[in-house]
Amino acid sequence: MSAVLPSPSRPVGPGTSLLSLKAWSGIFIALVAVVILAPVLNLAVPQGSALHLSDYAISLIGKIMCYAICALAMDLIWGYTGILSLGHGVFFALGGYAMGMYLMRQIGRDGNYQSDLPDFMVFLDWKTLPWHWAFSDSFFATLLLIVLVPGLLAFVFGFFAFRSRIKGVYFSIITQAMTYAAMLLFFRNETGFGGNNGFTDFKRILGHPIATPSMRMTLFVLTGLALIGFFLLARWLVGSKFGRVLQAIRDAESRVMFTGYDPLRYKLSIWVISAVMCGIAGALYVPQVGIINPGEMSPAASIEIAIWAAVGGRGTLVGPILGAFFVNGAKSWFTQVFPEFWLYFLGALFIAVTLFLPQGIVGLARKLGGKDKSEVKA
Amino acid sequence: MTPELMEAGARVREAMAHKAHGGAGQSGGRAASYGRVVQDGVLDTTHGAILYLDDITVSFDGFKALNALSLSISAGELRCIIGPNGAGKTTMMDVITGKTRPDVGKAFFGSTIDLLRLRENEIASIGIGRKFQKPTVFEQLTVFENLELALKADRGVRSSMFFRLDGEQLDRIGAMLALIHLKDSAQRVAGLLSHGQKQWLEIGMLLMQDPKLLLLDEPVAGMTDEETERTAELFLSLEGNHSLVVVEHDMKFIGELTQNGRNGKKVTVLHEGSVLAEGLLSDVQANDKVVEVYLGR
Repeated sequence: MSAVLPSPSRPVGPGTSLLSLKAWSGIFIALVAVVILAPVLNLAVPQGSALHLSDYAISLIGKIMCYAICALAMDLIWGYTGILSLGHGVFFALGGYAMGMYLMRQIGRDGNYQSDLPDFMVFLDWKTLPWHWAFSDSFFATLLLIVLVPGLLAFVFGFFAFRSRIKGVYFSIITQAMTYAAMLLFFRNETGFGGNNGFTDFKRILGHPIATPSMRMTLFVLTGLALIGFFLLARWLVGSKFGRVLQAIRDAESRVMFTGYDPLRYKLSIWVISAVMCGIAGALYVPQVGIINPGEMSPAASIEIAIWAAVGGRGTLVGPILGAFFVNGAKSWFTQVFPEFWLYFLGALFIAVTLFLPQGIVGLARKLGGKDKSEVKA
Repeated sequence: MTPELMEAGARVREAMAHKAHGGAGQSGGRAASYGRVVQDGVLDTTHGAILYLDDITVSFDGFKALNALSLSISAGELRCIIGPNGAGKTTMMDVITGKTRPDVGKAFFGSTIDLLRLRENEIASIGIGRKFQKPTVFEQLTVFENLELALKADRGVRSSMFFRLDGEQLDRIGAMLALIHLKDSAQRVAGLLSHGQKQWLEIGMLLMQDPKLLLLDEPVAGMTDEETERTAELFLSLEGNHSLVVVEHDMKFIGELTQNGRNGKKVTVLHEGSVLAEGLLSDVQANDKVVEVYLGR
């Protein structure tokens, strides 16, 4: 082979460093904001001060950071691999339910019925815990479940869907059906997940009271660290050859196959990684908002995740995080000021982004900054 | 594998062990009809053929895209395949590369590898590269990254995550960039290349895989005359080390590849899913049946 080739001269490969210096400083600023700035402004600065960060703001940002992890996970599967999932809410909810079961057990005998069983079971006149609650009093087992349950569901679902070469809109539709089916299942009292009320009234986590400022801050910082960590992981994944194969699958899957790669393995890997990220986000979300119910599995909840990613800019990693903040920030403002107009705004936003900003917020920023990256990739 | 075959294999292994100890086998030390042990996934071209299609029929809703097609390509051969639209050229490539399963027939790569049992990516991995009729490259990736993905390396997920190009591989990519005249476009996004450049890039990606058999579906469509000429030169230089099957409409290009029949290369004419004629270009062109099919006389 090499005999045919002309004299070699070494070309420049793709960058080997994970992030540019500028991006690393961004990560550093985010770290400082999450670990130092937010705790100080919330806990140390007195309430009357203009610099004080309210508890409301902390819980709102904490919640949005969980959403941002989902948006990031969506970007990996949709933005980079070209597979639109409209069922990521189910993974988020499963992680949340796994955490919720543990938090329900932590209530102990402090519930309304002073029973060892969670209140809703007493209400249903159950005498013993159902089998799937067996490990719910162990925090360690809960951590495992948070990863394993969404991961396993994604693996089984993904294996059959990708092996059957279900693609495009058909895949999106069956993911939507999956989350809808899960929602119906969780709505039923017999399945043992608290029916339509889900889990709430949490009291403790690891024996510590859950509704204290310090616990709120701890969860906030953990969520922030998880978001930053997942961003770096995603960055590493898409910067590796693995990430380039994913983009190749998005652009020309048949060429990927005829180049010798098995798209099934690649799609399944990123699909499971993405689902596990959502599961962890859900587990961080539940103790912060204090409730989990089947509403999180509604088709609309999953569609919203896709909207965050689209608004922020697909295939950019930073974009979907910004999108989650922008859309949810707007949502909390709208629902306070013009509650009846929120859904109109969301719809209009989605149409506007689709028509005018195919690259989302990040694409707009690049256009304004004069850096059109579509010509030459840095 | 049938029990008879397994028994035969066991006999061969026994005979070889015998031979290694200096004793004569059942055939008195000479090679028996099954002289080699079948090795999984290893190409065996000792019988001369690298690709062997036998009696392949593919029908789509009753329409026979391939009708009892039989074809054999020798190792190191450059074979041109021509035929009118709908003759089954692309379907034949689909069968060889695992995209379409035939209703009946056999397809072997070398003497031992049954192509009909393998999936597309496995067929690519054992050394069959395919260029599509419409140039198919990864449009959002740079030219360099396109070649990097095609580079012969472990195709597993984990090894892709931790993959780093070494100096030798960089040199290989560099040499390929020069060969396909895309050195100055290495960092350009492939979607921005011209049609002819995309064709070259796709050919380059095929060569990066270092396949033993290249299937090229209309490789010069959309190329300028100069590019076409260079492509013909490239293909002729690959002959010998690689086997090539070129499907083309462009008779001028076929003429260049076969030097109008002077280098003794065979041309196969497909018509309605089976082989109509095979031989030197000049003979084929003089063949009454071929003339009739092409000119409708």
